[in-house]
Amino acid sequence: MQLNEMTIHQLRELLRAGEVSSWEILEAVFAKIDAVEGEVGAYLTLCRDEAFAQAQRADEMLAAGETSPLCGIPIAVKDNFSTAGVRTTCASRLLENYIPPFDAAAVAKLKKNGAVLVGKTNLDEFGLGSSTENSQYQCTRNPWDLSRVPGGSSGGSAAAVAAGEAAAALGTDTGGSIRQPAAFCGIVGLKPTYGLVSRYGVVAAADSMDHIGPMTRDVRDAALMLQAIAGWDPKDPTSARGDVPDYEASLTENIKGLVVGLPRELMGNGLDSEVKEAVFGAANLLESLGARVEEISLPHAEYAMATFYVIVSAEISSNLARFDGVRYGYRAAEAEDTVSMFIKTREALGQEAKRRILMGTYFLQAGNYETYYLKALKVRTLIKEDFEKAFQRCNVIISPTTPTAAFAFGHKTRTPVTMYQSDIYTCTANLAGIPALTVPCGYNQAGLPIGLQIMGKPFDEETVLRVGHAYEQHAGLPRRQPQTEVKTNG
Amino acid sequence: MADWEVVIGLEVHAELLTKSKVFCGCSTEFGADPNSQVCPICMGLPGTLPLLNKRAVELAVKAGLALQCRVNQFSVFARKQYFYPDLVKAYQISQDDLPLCSDGHVELLVDDTVRRIGINRVHLEEEAGKSLHAGEDIMNAAYSLLDYNRAGIGLIEIVTEPDIRSPEEARLFLEKLRLLLQYAEVSDCKMEEGSLRCDANISLRRKGSSAFGVKCEIKNLNSFRAVQRALEFEVERQKALLEAGEAVVPETRHWDESQGMTFSMRSKVEAADYRYFPDPNLYPLEVAPSWVEAIREELPELPDAKRDRFMEQYGLSLYAAEVLTSSRDLADYFEECMEDIQDPKLVSNWVMGEVQRWLKAHGLEAADSPVKPKDLAGLLRLVQENAVSNLVAKDVLEEMFATGKSAHTIVEEKGLRQISDDESLEAMIAEVLEANPGPVEDVKAGKSKAIGFLVGQVMKASKGKANPQRVNELIRQKLQV
Repeated sequence: MQLNEMTIHQLRELLRAGEVSSWEILEAVFAKIDAVEGEVGAYLTLCRDEAFAQAQRADEMLAAGETSPLCGIPIAVKDNFSTAGVRTTCASRLLENYIPPFDAAAVAKLKKNGAVLVGKTNLDEFGLGSSTENSQYQCTRNPWDLSRVPGGSSGGSAAAVAAGEAAAALGTDTGGSIRQPAAFCGIVGLKPTYGLVSRYGVVAAADSMDHIGPMTRDVRDAALMLQAIAGWDPKDPTSARGDVPDYEASLTENIKGLVVGLPRELMGNGLDSEVKEAVFGAANLLESLGARVEEISLPHAEYAMATFYVIVSAEISSNLARFDGVRYGYRAAEAEDTVSMFIKTREALGQEAKRRILMGTYFLQAGNYETYYLKALKVRTLIKEDFEKAFQRCNVIISPTTPTAAFAFGHKTRTPVTMYQSDIYTCTANLAGIPALTVPCGYNQAGLPIGLQIMGKPFDEETVLRVGHAYEQHAGLPRRQPQTEVKTNG
Repeated sequence: MADWEVVIGLEVHAELLTKSKVFCGCSTEFGADPNSQVCPICMGLPGTLPLLNKRAVELAVKAGLALQCRVNQFSVFARKQYFYPDLVKAYQISQDDLPLCSDGHVELLVDDTVRRIGINRVHLEEEAGKSLHAGEDIMNAAYSLLDYNRAGIGLIEIVTEPDIRSPEEARLFLEKLRLLLQYAEVSDCKMEEGSLRCDANISLRRKGSSAFGVKCEIKNLNSFRAVQRALEFEVERQKALLEAGEAVVPETRHWDESQGMTFSMRSKVEAADYRYFPDPNLYPLEVAPSWVEAIREELPELPDAKRDRFMEQYGLSLYAAEVLTSSRDLADYFEECMEDIQDPKLVSNWVMGEVQRWLKAHGLEAADSPVKPKDLAGLLRLVQENAVSNLVAKDVLEEMFATGKSAHTIVEEKGLRQISDDESLEAMIAEVLEANPGPVEDVKAGKSKAIGFLVGQVMKASKGKANPQRVNELIRQKLQV
């Protein structure tokens, strides 16, 4: 196996043993990038020079006895994380030349651990989308089938990890933006509990739903990444206090006696039969490992999509208003006055951003606020209560991550609602703020990966990771490499 | 005005006296170089989040308590959304339907009767930056410059009930409000620096009517005087319309100080919809009752209570007590001086009169006076001991303000000590009587008024140093009247 295809924990062993250097790992990563990036298009910005300087520093840290498992590991970061001195575009023309003066909290933590920042990955503009087709810069292709989307909005991060262009990546997840692309690209993605990872420095889509999490090759790597970025941050007012457990220590394979809920509401609505089969297969495997799988009900889950889009659009309409061309980023030329400058500048926003702004503005208007926004907040509470009730019985809840495997380009861009339905199983966890993991649970006939979603109680990432790890260890899935490997090397 | 009743409500913004801004650690100092007191948070850079300044909450609660409000245990920060270049996030973090404080009041003395003005709410919010327009006015500016030093400074908005019944009452209310906020050390309330700002809503209705008339909002009121003048103008304008059978248009009007008129800015019919919604980054603010009580402990004696105590404790008149408590500094100054000189009448007369006069002349607050209360006490002791006359003492005080020297030093250096020994006085009196035979005759003829003239002449001859009381007595003895 090539260095650029290994997991963090495999690389950790090699680095500790002194068998390889961070520099060599990074060389392998950039060799791969040079080979496939033209087709995959995962990165908006590559930090080649800075990355090699960081790798050199990491090697010095390792020589000096640094024990962080991330030290010297090449990591990709979604381009909506602020990175000091490195442009942060959110895949939007409005931030084409925006260079933040500070690092997002999660990026700062990775750097402190000695991680190497390879580059900034593509996304749907401002994280608004489920296919990365809403990027205003480039197309990112699914490494498993270049005619298909990588999912979104963290499509660049997912594609980079799947294609071997980074060992792991950071993504953000507002309605499924870590889990859906992870599932489409056959990797692991974790959306932690709201408040566990600081949001400081991540360009907000919808503050009450935005989550930050790892996208990795396996569950152990997700635990290692989460360890590095979790914990209270005084700079994030919604950050939770409390001790961070040892996540890697939770990865026992023992899930005997755990109750696994299978909600019937998350098994319908256009669910592809192959995906359904894979999820039932996973449920059977968990049972064979000693867990008890029970069908449960989340009665308000059918309203999740509508609730989600009302709240998210409202917050997005507010958060994207600051991009007015006054202080930073793109400013339209030749405006007659301030108002026309605002209008012309904001015309540069993409279609989906405009659509969400219009919807959100409508939902918050006097007269509509009670009908839409306030009602959505109430339903959100009901959905949370559904989960609370379910977790009185269950230790975890499983479902498909997505209704289908990766779809083709252009397949859903004309009908936004079908695109929104990609998030139908994932957005409930954002509404409830609970941890949710996706692990690969098979391939369909076309050879495309399928994801299994595992949700847990708030701040019980340990159980979620334990179940995911147990499944992964016993599923016996062949460790397939995406097609790009064959194409470029063969 | 016989038929019309004026209905006025005010919205006042006061900057909080916190060292740092309300959602970040930047300094709030006034007058720094443009954009030198900013950071990613108060510049609203993408990805930044607000961190609530605890002290700002305490000061806002303190304001609420000084205005007799109920402090709500739970209040909610909401986004007030609009586009403007000085508003970095295109929304202001403010409070909407659940403010920090509600239902208070302020009492005013208007024409010797107590008027109670209701306070609807006091809420906490953030300041915007400042736009500076090149050229004459905003409409024709070639470009605008932006200074974000002010962006994010903590602000309270105080909204009154429509309880104010005249332009004068509006000014008196603002004076009282400023006094309360200054006493509580919530805000320095400097209108000229923009740390206190006021918008006014005004309407007219037939006397006896309980329904409200159509109101206008008046903006650009840059002084208390401007508030009163603009409202006076507006009363006449609206009255003329109503009496001509025309309707008042609901609108926002701009006060033009130089022309002494208000002008229509924009119609209220197409009023902005701010699309308020709870800020998802800030959980509901909980202010525990025990915290409120701790803040109440911090609250100093408020002006009304102090005024009543001054009347009771020092036997001062209502007028004297009002004047002395019209600023916390002045009241403290008076009380400190009283510790050395237990003569309320003497001290209050001097503090209200000469001390205030020279403070005003030097543009100083009592707290910054070069003549400290104990220095004034030193001077007043000389007056009490008849070592200097009242007249000389006034000159000495002027000198004290100018040089910072003590009363004792000035009196000794300039030889101003009052002449009270009869021998010296009699010599001067003899000279004056000889030089003024006319008035002497008048006195002898029973015109006692002329004694004053003779005393004045002796004072003049002594360069003010003679003890006028003793001179008066000696002249009467001499002329046997």
